[in-house]
Amino acid sequence: MPAVQETVDQVRSLDVDQYKYGFFTDIESEKAPKGLNEDTVRFISAKKDEPEWMLEWRLEAFRRWQTMQEPEWARVSYPRIDYQDLYYYSAPKRPTQLSIDDIDPEILKTYEKLGIPLRERDALLGIESTGGSKVAVDAVFDSVSVATTFKEELAKAGVIFMPISEAIREYPELVRKYLGSVVPVTDNYFATLNSAVFSDGSFVYVPKGVRCPMELSTYFRINERNTGQFERTLIIADEGAYVSYLEGCTAPQRDENQLHAAVVELVALADAEIKYSTVQNWYPGDKDGKGGIYNFVTKRGDCRGDRSKISWTQVETGSAITWKYPSCILRGDNSQGEFYSIAISNGYQQVDSGTKMIHLGKNTSSRIISKGIAAGHSDNTYRGLVSAHRKATGARNFTNCDSLLIGDKCGAHTVPYIESKNSSAQFEHEATTSKISDDQLFYCRQRGLDPEEATALIVNGFVKDVLQQLPMEFAVEAQKLIAVSLEGSVG
Amino acid sequence: MNADIRPIRTPAEQAILASLGGLPAGGDRLADLRRAAARSFEEHGLPHRRVEEWKYTDLRTLMREAVPLAGPAAVAQADAAARLLRGVEARRIVVANGAVVPELSDLAGLEEGLRLTTLSAALASGDEVLSRLGGILPGRYDASLALNTALAKDGVVIVVAPGAKIERPVHVAHVFAGESAAASYARSLVVVGAGASFTYAESFEGPQGLAYQANAATEFVVGDEAHLDVVRLQEDGAGAFHLATLLFDVGRQAQVHAFTLASGAAVARTSLYATLSGEGSAVGFNGASLLKDRQHNDATLFVDHQAPGCESRELFKTVLDDTSRGVFQGKIVVRQAAQKTDGRMMSRALLLGDDAEMDNKPELEIFADDVQCGHGATCGAIDDELLFYLRARGIPLTEAQSLLVQAFVGEAVETVEHDGLREALLERAEGWLKARG
Repeated sequence: MPAVQETVDQVRSLDVDQYKYGFFTDIESEKAPKGLNEDTVRFISAKKDEPEWMLEWRLEAFRRWQTMQEPEWARVSYPRIDYQDLYYYSAPKRPTQLSIDDIDPEILKTYEKLGIPLRERDALLGIESTGGSKVAVDAVFDSVSVATTFKEELAKAGVIFMPISEAIREYPELVRKYLGSVVPVTDNYFATLNSAVFSDGSFVYVPKGVRCPMELSTYFRINERNTGQFERTLIIADEGAYVSYLEGCTAPQRDENQLHAAVVELVALADAEIKYSTVQNWYPGDKDGKGGIYNFVTKRGDCRGDRSKISWTQVETGSAITWKYPSCILRGDNSQGEFYSIAISNGYQQVDSGTKMIHLGKNTSSRIISKGIAAGHSDNTYRGLVSAHRKATGARNFTNCDSLLIGDKCGAHTVPYIESKNSSAQFEHEATTSKISDDQLFYCRQRGLDPEEATALIVNGFVKDVLQQLPMEFAVEAQKLIAVSLEGSVG
Repeated sequence: MNADIRPIRTPAEQAILASLGGLPAGGDRLADLRRAAARSFEEHGLPHRRVEEWKYTDLRTLMREAVPLAGPAAVAQADAAARLLRGVEARRIVVANGAVVPELSDLAGLEEGLRLTTLSAALASGDEVLSRLGGILPGRYDASLALNTALAKDGVVIVVAPGAKIERPVHVAHVFAGESAAASYARSLVVVGAGASFTYAESFEGPQGLAYQANAATEFVVGDEAHLDVVRLQEDGAGAFHLATLLFDVGRQAQVHAFTLASGAAVARTSLYATLSGEGSAVGFNGASLLKDRQHNDATLFVDHQAPGCESRELFKTVLDDTSRGVFQGKIVVRQAAQKTDGRMMSRALLLGDDAEMDNKPELEIFADDVQCGHGATCGAIDDELLFYLRARGIPLTEAQSLLVQAFVGEAVETVEHDGLREALLERAEGWLKARG
């Protein structure tokens, strides 16, 4: 197997360590004292100037969290996290959210480095020149949202897009109605922790019948040392509404592991559609597996109304550990859920990701396309659940999980749970695991491509089904990211 | 001071622990094995839904009855009870209530190269073949196997000499014969020498109305280039609790096929563990389950590819009527050394009853890169278009359904190589469909 041997040699000879977002921005920040207790929760709530009910909500979550056990069922291993050795709140010192000009220029530079223009003027210029569509951005730096663009234009359409901390103050009745209604406070260890200490995140409300005029986007950045990031996103698409939301994440290169425990809740009412896309590129750790982000995220969408649709698309290339299962609860009749995923692991990364499709309503349908690529010493697990409850007459699911192994030190695993309690439900599941075929490689190399280009080409073909689901701007970025993530791992 | 956390023992657990109390304090290896198994049961008890491998078969909840250990069965009663596979030309051994009944067993006139004895006789004579017993253990606690190891006193021991081709199958008929519910345990060992070929059949049956518990475990040690066929028919009584464990250790370039047709018992769980430790072997583990009423049937497979170049095929079909519940859990593990593995697993379920439930969990765990592995799982009702096609040709609904189900199950049963056994199994499957009406 000459081609295989070559692949292995390439893995050894090349450096995995090429994270290009690993810089750190030196800005003054204000932090909560280290550690976690009720005072930390009160501190965060007070900082956010929250109403009493919100503080109570958080405290209840915190008390519950203290009685919970960290989950151990996932196929990931990491040293125990010392929750008292973390900062739970870190905010840039300059006032934020007043106007773009008040933002610390260092932060603006950081976002520019990341390729995210925050100034609407620049954004517009940049976009007009490329002729693409407009994207409104909410930028979250450590624990707080630093800027949200295109707020006014969105407001004209009636779309609310703002940091969740602001929404709690300005639209308390909306937040109160939906917060925790998809991911209950007590859902799981990390979601409960998030409920207690989340500091910011995005809030989106698209009113009845409105098609959100632009893509909405949040960029998350962890900057401070020893800081956990706990953001909370809540998106509500009212009857007949449509919204497409993009999320991107990066963090500096550090030796220690940092915790990111986010919760995302989506609510789609009758005839509404939410499309949620993620390009996750947290720092994955260096080539020896040192450092990197622990990405323990709970994402769930509730197709609450009839004929509603929620679609998750994710490109997971970063993080030392990914523990993430974006799910759909198909409650409304004829509702649809989709999950498209590319998970790439290299170096010593560990990925345990997948989805849950819970069919409750009649004639609900779901589709799962998952592509896992494991290289280096990484472990890549797909874990998913498809279930049809007694009343889910006519439920349909199609699942396809393919795994690709590059090198013989990595592992690819598939753990699907398929539970049908209704005879008219039709579920189909298929999964394959293989390596890049020698024939394909040979074919490409014969035409003059070097091994790395050939592999990138084949991998891109392998993940094409998912890439097609991403909004245009993201698809290009994701394609590049895949090539970068696999650099040094493939031959 | 930390208070000891003592789990609450269910009545069934208490009864089992009471039976475990009588273990002798002997010093040989098997006695040690027994005690270790008893201790592990004491520690873990019956598995419940939080134990991943038993997630869908919560023994703690399902096994409510506490039943005593079964005593010996009357010969006439055992003879009357053992009806399955009588028409198949085979060497017949009857195991009633976990003990071989010599009067009903064909232990004489053995073919050259075939050695057949009982576990109790082998234990009494200190037979050296027993050094193989307990040699293939799953890497994890399995309550059903632990109980079998601790409590089984008899069963069948078969040794096929290297190179021997035994044409006539050995059929071990497990029966429960008694007036009141009791628990029986049988442990068998089958050692197939290098280059030998052998067909092993086993059947399970018992009275319809009794909540008896039958626990059987068989270890198969398959030598290099050997050929082993295992054919199983499980028709335990409708109130029964059936627990079976099959353990395979497969040598180099061996061929192993195992098939189970299950339609009996109120609750049944069959766990199959296979370790492919030699290069280039080919295994096929298949099964079909026919379930109705409130039956619960669990087929769990664990195929461990440790050596390179092996091929494994699994095909399981489940037909679910009424409010029955079917479980399929299959796991293929490919170790780093097992390059060139070719593994395919398929589970298909046909839900006939509106309230039937099927839980599928096919798993792949792969550490080698040069492999071809895949699994598939489907569940659904009978295809309306197929039904329409048949009905358009004048075939009544129930008959059309029956034909389609028969074809569905037939695909799996056809994998049985032995003609007589395959025909017998197809007949049993047809009988089940006819009874359904």
